[in-house]
Amino acid sequence: MTADAMRSTKAGAKPKAPSPRTTSRQKAASAPVAKKVAAKKVVAKKVVAKETVATPPAARKAPVRRAATKKVDAAQLVQFYRDMMLIRRFEERSARAYTEALIGGYCHLNLGEEATVVGLMSALRETDYLFTNYREHGYALMRGIHPNHAMAELYGRVDGVSKGWGGSMHMFDMTHRLLGGYGIVGGQLPLATGAALAIDYRGLDEVVMCTMGDGTVNIGAFHESLNIAALWKLPVVFVVINNGLGMGTTVDKSSAEPEAYKRAAAYQMASERVDGLDPVLVAEAAQRAVASARAGQPFLLEVVCERLRGHSVVDPAKYRSPEEVAKVVKLDPVPALANRLVKEKILTAVQVRHIDEEETARADAADAFARASAVPDVSTLFDYNYATPVANDSRRRPGDPLFPVIPRYNVEVAR
Amino acid sequence: MTIKTYRQALHDTLREEMLRDESVFLMGEEIGVFEGSYKITAGLLTEFGEKRVRDTPIAEEGFTGAAIGAAMLGLRPVVEIMTINFSLLALDQIVNHAAKIYGMFGGQAKVPLVIRTPGGGGQQLGATHSQNIELYYAFVPGMKVVAPSTPADAKALLLAAIRDDDPVLFLENLALYNTKGDVPDDDTPAEIGKAKITREGHDLTLIGYSRMAYVARNIAEALAESEGLDIEVIDLMSLRPLDRATLVESVKKTHAAVVLEDDWLTYGIGAEIAASISDGAFDYLDAPVRRVAMAEVPMPYSKNLESAAMPTNDDVINAIFQTLEAVGRRLKKIGQSHD
Repeated sequence: MTADAMRSTKAGAKPKAPSPRTTSRQKAASAPVAKKVAAKKVVAKKVVAKETVATPPAARKAPVRRAATKKVDAAQLVQFYRDMMLIRRFEERSARAYTEALIGGYCHLNLGEEATVVGLMSALRETDYLFTNYREHGYALMRGIHPNHAMAELYGRVDGVSKGWGGSMHMFDMTHRLLGGYGIVGGQLPLATGAALAIDYRGLDEVVMCTMGDGTVNIGAFHESLNIAALWKLPVVFVVINNGLGMGTTVDKSSAEPEAYKRAAAYQMASERVDGLDPVLVAEAAQRAVASARAGQPFLLEVVCERLRGHSVVDPAKYRSPEEVAKVVKLDPVPALANRLVKEKILTAVQVRHIDEEETARADAADAFARASAVPDVSTLFDYNYATPVANDSRRRPGDPLFPVIPRYNVEVAR
Repeated sequence: MTIKTYRQALHDTLREEMLRDESVFLMGEEIGVFEGSYKITAGLLTEFGEKRVRDTPIAEEGFTGAAIGAAMLGLRPVVEIMTINFSLLALDQIVNHAAKIYGMFGGQAKVPLVIRTPGGGGQQLGATHSQNIELYYAFVPGMKVVAPSTPADAKALLLAAIRDDDPVLFLENLALYNTKGDVPDDDTPAEIGKAKITREGHDLTLIGYSRMAYVARNIAEALAESEGLDIEVIDLMSLRPLDRATLVESVKKTHAAVVLEDDWLTYGIGAEIAASISDGAFDYLDAPVRRVAMAEVPMPYSKNLESAAMPTNDDVINAIFQTLEAVGRRLKKIGQSHD
């Protein structure tokens, strides 16, 4: 089952939405055993059952909930659009820089995930923390990290957000409380749980959000972390960003329970699933999840979105048929929101284009800044060996001997 | 000075550090209600409560990772992993996260974490519960690994580990918990990264850590009495960083070395020490560096086979005698037991 098929198994009617895609995809289900769910449970009156593909029975019977129907703030929508556009242009610039060999290693982009990113991040306070995975450029930008410093990190420069030590997968900024991009699938989950433990230990009202991909729900750390978080009632929101593909493997082929939010039932944890192509729905769901966590009830939120390109910039994604790709392109949340803004007369087409130009300019400026930033000096290679200096810390370069090599003709054995 | 067991020294140090610093707390399996599998944390739950003495689910990856996350936010968790064998379940969190976070993020987050865990063998616990795999952690930049062999060093190194801002694997040993020794009453931490010469001598350098440092001291004393040998003993204390200079300086004086280790020989800690001595004291060596290590088998259960797989005092004495003979010394007795 593709992410698209999963979305199409559910629906809630939402009046007057501009895109037929977005209208048919506002849904979320509450965990049946949740002790204390932040948002009220509302069972949708009608489930659109477009189940032409092999949908597991469990998915069909899922309790479906309508998203809260608050009046959408026009200024908020415009801000979402601006933010999504920044991520879009930043990521396109990254892809280009990769082909120009300005970026090395792996490089995973948020293309197609923009609505999810801005919706999720809008629900966090400045004092809240984010732990995320290696597809994190957009999240870094939305935490308030300047595009220049994000791009400089991609280029491995001293002005990078992690000073050139992390790269694409490991952006980190304590000031903006982005506690890491992590490259190991599932690695961030125990850490996020522990950060929430520290918040709880100190009696603060901060929240930790921990995002992951759909493939992560099958790793042991997922189970161990959700269990501990629920057991100790830690202020953490786990977010599964389900784009239907873990690299090239579909959710169907990797998850015995393809609807990730249902896993929460095993921990008596509140959960819901939301359409990740609509930033407003994502934001509302994230607010419910964050409120729950802040009240001491951890939450599992599943956001269903699309991945416009391959797993990383070097992946041509040949495992997708041209039809699938065409479908995904049609679902692109960025033009969808542009159309909505124009259709609802919030912005004119010219204004929409102007935002695009401004954000494109910021991405270009980030590239220029990153190019101009220095590469780290080799003399700094051992600057971060240890936080507490320690005796006999090794500062040996690969070709150095451990002890000075004395030419044979100078050897005098002291006997 | 107070005479205490290694166990008591650990217990008292944990307690004192918890009293001193509110951010120090304990996590692990069975450390609270059960008072610890080896009773190191006995009484601490009653004294400090569940917030600071946290019984965890059986989930090494989850709770070790949670401790790392809590440390990133400035707490000072002391995790107990019941035995080092179970640390394998937390390997990703220790190696890929605890050891990496400070450097990988350009020094922005510290991980002031202590992982206490005993190694061991000889308790008839079979293949999966008798390993000495501290090497896995000593291999990794970003980690600090310490291994005290006396109650006094247990206290001093635990103080250092808890007050250190880096992840420290604190290696204990099942066979040492009941050993006794003088423990200073003041709270002066040891210096991590430094080895200690525990007995000065000129005939040969005998090197060990944890249980094998204890064995080395006892054998050196016994051989001084029975054979008149003057053996220098070095307790590594710290496996990462490794104090190579102390080893090399000693061998420059004694011209011979025997390394004792409770892990497997191939690629083991002794291999690193032998290579370091070769690098730093090649021209001073009068015999190859000898290693005494575990037989390379999964540890058998049957006592007879288990004993055969572990280094005995006779094994150590034979290695010392053979090394001295290779140097050119004639010795009277070989292979006498000094148990």
